[in-house]
Amino acid sequence: MKLENLTIESANRGLIKKEFSCIELTRAYLDKIKKENKELNDFLSITEKLALEQAENVDNKISKREKIGILEGIPIAIKDNILVKDYIVTAGSKILEKYKAPYDAFVVERLKEVGVIIVGKTNLDEFAMGSSTENSAFGVVKNPYDKTRVAGGSSGGSAVAVAANHCLGALGSDTGGSIRQPAAFCGVVGFKPSYGMVSRNGLIAMASSLDQIGPIAKTVNDVKLIFDVIRGKDDLDSTTIKAPKFQVQNSKQVQGAKSQFPNSKIGIPKEYFAEGLDSGVKEEIQKVIKNFENIGFEFVEINLPNPEYALAAYYIIMPAEVSANLARYDGIKYGYSTIKISKLKTQNLMDNYLKTRAEGFGSEARRRIILGTYVLSMGYKDAYYNKAQKVRALIKKDFEKVFSPSANGVDFIIAPTTPAPAFKMGEKTDPLSMYLSDIYTVTANLAGLPAISIPCCKGKGLPVGFQIIGSQFKDDLVLEAAYTYEQINLE
Amino acid sequence: MISKEQVEHMAKLARIELTDQEKEKFTKELSSILDYIDKLNKVDTSNIERVEQITGLEGVVRKDEVPKFKDAETRNKILEEAPERKGDYIKVPKILD
Repeated sequence: MKLENLTIESANRGLIKKEFSCIELTRAYLDKIKKENKELNDFLSITEKLALEQAENVDNKISKREKIGILEGIPIAIKDNILVKDYIVTAGSKILEKYKAPYDAFVVERLKEVGVIIVGKTNLDEFAMGSSTENSAFGVVKNPYDKTRVAGGSSGGSAVAVAANHCLGALGSDTGGSIRQPAAFCGVVGFKPSYGMVSRNGLIAMASSLDQIGPIAKTVNDVKLIFDVIRGKDDLDSTTIKAPKFQVQNSKQVQGAKSQFPNSKIGIPKEYFAEGLDSGVKEEIQKVIKNFENIGFEFVEINLPNPEYALAAYYIIMPAEVSANLARYDGIKYGYSTIKISKLKTQNLMDNYLKTRAEGFGSEARRRIILGTYVLSMGYKDAYYNKAQKVRALIKKDFEKVFSPSANGVDFIIAPTTPAPAFKMGEKTDPLSMYLSDIYTVTANLAGLPAISIPCCKGKGLPVGFQIIGSQFKDDLVLEAAYTYEQINLE
Repeated sequence: MISKEQVEHMAKLARIELTDQEKEKFTKELSSILDYIDKLNKVDTSNIERVEQITGLEGVVRKDEVPKFKDAETRNKILEEAPERKGDYIKVPKILD
């Protein structure tokens, strides 16, 4: 059993054929995590007891000759801003360092129902704010391809857990690129569903109109298998919708692939390939484009508003929502607190708020809360927050135009995921330079669209990823396009 | 551009204490971020309404009934997280003088 060679599908086959037991498979992954976590720091906690219990259940089923599902017995890691009952969930922050989840997130309930093995909680930038995991209160996650470089963020731990064969799939969350960017940096597949496709119940909120949970795995098919389990309407998240599954024939033949797509047209946004994009990355994506051209797709140059405007709008809307969502961390009901009732004579409520939050939050969290407070404050709200929401409406409209079926629009868009491959730790000390790495990913969050990052050019230096972005709720079409690319490159 | 006084005021509103050094640092950093954000002034938004909800949902409600709440065990777990607890109550510092 070579972990490097396993995918969800092949591991599932191995279990069914009894090539190994679920306990053996689980222990192999747990051992690897324990051996390498000290250096890579991708896991904040290893849920060993839970994993072994779950593995035993699966082995019992197999020994009783009961049929097992495709994800049954498969080791999965969960980003540490998603609640797993009775285990500590930190959101990468000191303010929740000792907080135990009283319930399972909706997505975790779903995964438990289909019998996955939860191996641990992965490291992240504090409250999912960051693009490198350098903002984690518990240390940075190292990129397995080059340990002097970052894993990306905020779902850096999840991306590394998959890339380093510590699990067969992981859940991450994406607000401005936090699944796709680390997936690109670590050479794995990362998918952000359309807003509303996956319940945020049990996800520690960052920016409620932008957050989405999504899967990270080695192959597109593995990502799809996880997505199909976690997607769907949840009464406890009123922003979830009941989206129809877009039926694809899922033909495994590359030649027939383009017939899955209504117009066989792919959009290339010229603004995303302009100045600021690393020439090596640009070259690799041109090759990707050629791949699709060779099987008959037509390419159309499209106009998407200057991505810098999207980034500016994002860095108003997101901090505004963050300032509201992080107001709950006040040391009263849970989490780190400076309150000591025994010291009531010297403490008052205001002091406790001020100190609890100053000591519990790291600098990036505090920076964004203050920025968000400012852009929502009296006298500034109109100039900043309302303006940004109008720009957001323009961005949504521009995408709608591009995808419009009546105007013979494109089926999906190909774009870079990041301006350059993984940067060195400590390289981006200025917050603004860090924010700029989100430039190609934020638009999909602002417009609520499905977007996936897929690795290209494997085996040559640092991993590079490219994005496929689709129209709202056409998640299955995006996955099909990504799958097609993978198949082309298998031949 | 944001002034140090504005940063101080915002930090107070957000209930976060900052050291003097932090106030200086944040003033510089936030000013540079706000400078970048100012490019939005170049965008013509005279003919567009702001986004209220990205999937077009409006007024999603649930039935007006007490939901099947968590069991006593879960309630206890939730209360256990409070820094200072007395039975079913959470103890807080005094609010009124």
